[in-house]
Amino acid sequence: MALRGNLRDFTVTQLLNLINLAQKTGTLVVDGPSEQAQIAFREGKLAFARVGNEDNRLATVLHKSNKLSVNQYRTIVERAGHMTDKELGLALINAGYVSQEDILLNLQGYFTDIIRRLFTWVEGIFHFEAEMPPPDDRINVRLDLENLIIEGSRQLREWEQLQDEIPSLDMALKFTERPLKNVNLSVEEWRVVSYINPKNTIRQIAATNKMNDLEIRRIVYGLLQAGLVEVTRPEGAKVPLPQRSFPTENKEEQKSLVNKLIGRIRSL
Amino acid sequence: MQTVKMVVTGPFSAGKTEFIQSVSEIDVVSTERKISGKEERSVKESTTVAMDFGRITVDEDLVLYLFGTPGQKRFDFMWEILSEGMLGFIVMVDSTRPETFREARSILETFRAYAPTPYVVAANKQDKKDAWEIEDMRHALRLDAKTKLLPCTATDRASVKSILLELLYSILAEMESGK
Repeated sequence: MALRGNLRDFTVTQLLNLINLAQKTGTLVVDGPSEQAQIAFREGKLAFARVGNEDNRLATVLHKSNKLSVNQYRTIVERAGHMTDKELGLALINAGYVSQEDILLNLQGYFTDIIRRLFTWVEGIFHFEAEMPPPDDRINVRLDLENLIIEGSRQLREWEQLQDEIPSLDMALKFTERPLKNVNLSVEEWRVVSYINPKNTIRQIAATNKMNDLEIRRIVYGLLQAGLVEVTRPEGAKVPLPQRSFPTENKEEQKSLVNKLIGRIRSL
Repeated sequence: MQTVKMVVTGPFSAGKTEFIQSVSEIDVVSTERKISGKEERSVKESTTVAMDFGRITVDEDLVLYLFGTPGQKRFDFMWEILSEGMLGFIVMVDSTRPETFREARSILETFRAYAPTPYVVAANKQDKKDAWEIEDMRHALRLDAKTKLLPCTATDRASVKSILLELLYSILAEMESGK
């Protein structure tokens, strides 16, 4: 049966576990909330990963991890733009710019980061393409999945706890009476704090700050725990008034009804 | 015949069924089933899977129905259905099981999102020696000073009456404030 489904029913960690146990070769394609990730495996080991349109060429990965200077990077892009990553890797090793170990370690780090980002995706459709092996023209790694699975499980537990604490992102936040003085907040926390207003839902604050569900929940949880903010119904939101809580629309009759209930309960 | 309803919610084994049984004039229509999970079975033998249903007749024209929600999270699809049209709700929390406080908080937030009706939090099993102090529970549940957190013993009718009355007072106060 085709391995396809929804991340809500089958998490990334569970998928990695399955691929690891079945020693699968192929590519896991995940269509997330805003981009697509492709993770390639060979015999149950991570071989290659890409996400969205991110530039994942070897030169860029090495430059971002400070293994290539700006000048070296520019030169490579200008003169060796036509080379495959494998050819470029060999040329860089032969020229003494980097070692084979540097290349593999940095690619492993880059691919691992993509998997970590994938752990934060809770919405998305996935399918596994057994006919799509890791790309031949790119440098593949062979990374055991066990450590990533353990890390993913840890993150999943955190995610479940955060969902319990903040079940709905459609609620808003408001400041408590505790002043924000002498509080050390990170840049991300300040970005969230600056949008706290009963008019803004937590989801809107996340979207404005380009944060995913996990990131916003982590920050809001911290602010709630510190007693700096509290959850409130968004101002101006259409209140889902209970469908006819009272059998009458008349306010006085409603009060009379509640008083009758009070009298009855007292007499029990 | 006019009918109104209140909802009794809270985590698994918080005492919701007992609460309703203490004041209902009919035998509670319960949908209890034997528990399959080993961990949950160590707490109690059976649990509510759809809802509990109790009744208090006020007079020949008015009846109050009490609905108890299932506590286990996998039955939470029932919560929204049960919350429709409620006058208010009671969140039951087992004062002796701090491991359920976070879930109680989550249930409270979920119900607040369903409907902006008044609610009270009942700290059940306050008669047990290992029950948490009310003020400690207030901090653990992150309830502000305005939220009513009331000591409760779900098996004691007088205690249950006082919880229901406090909820009704809150409903009345909200009506009078014109909210």
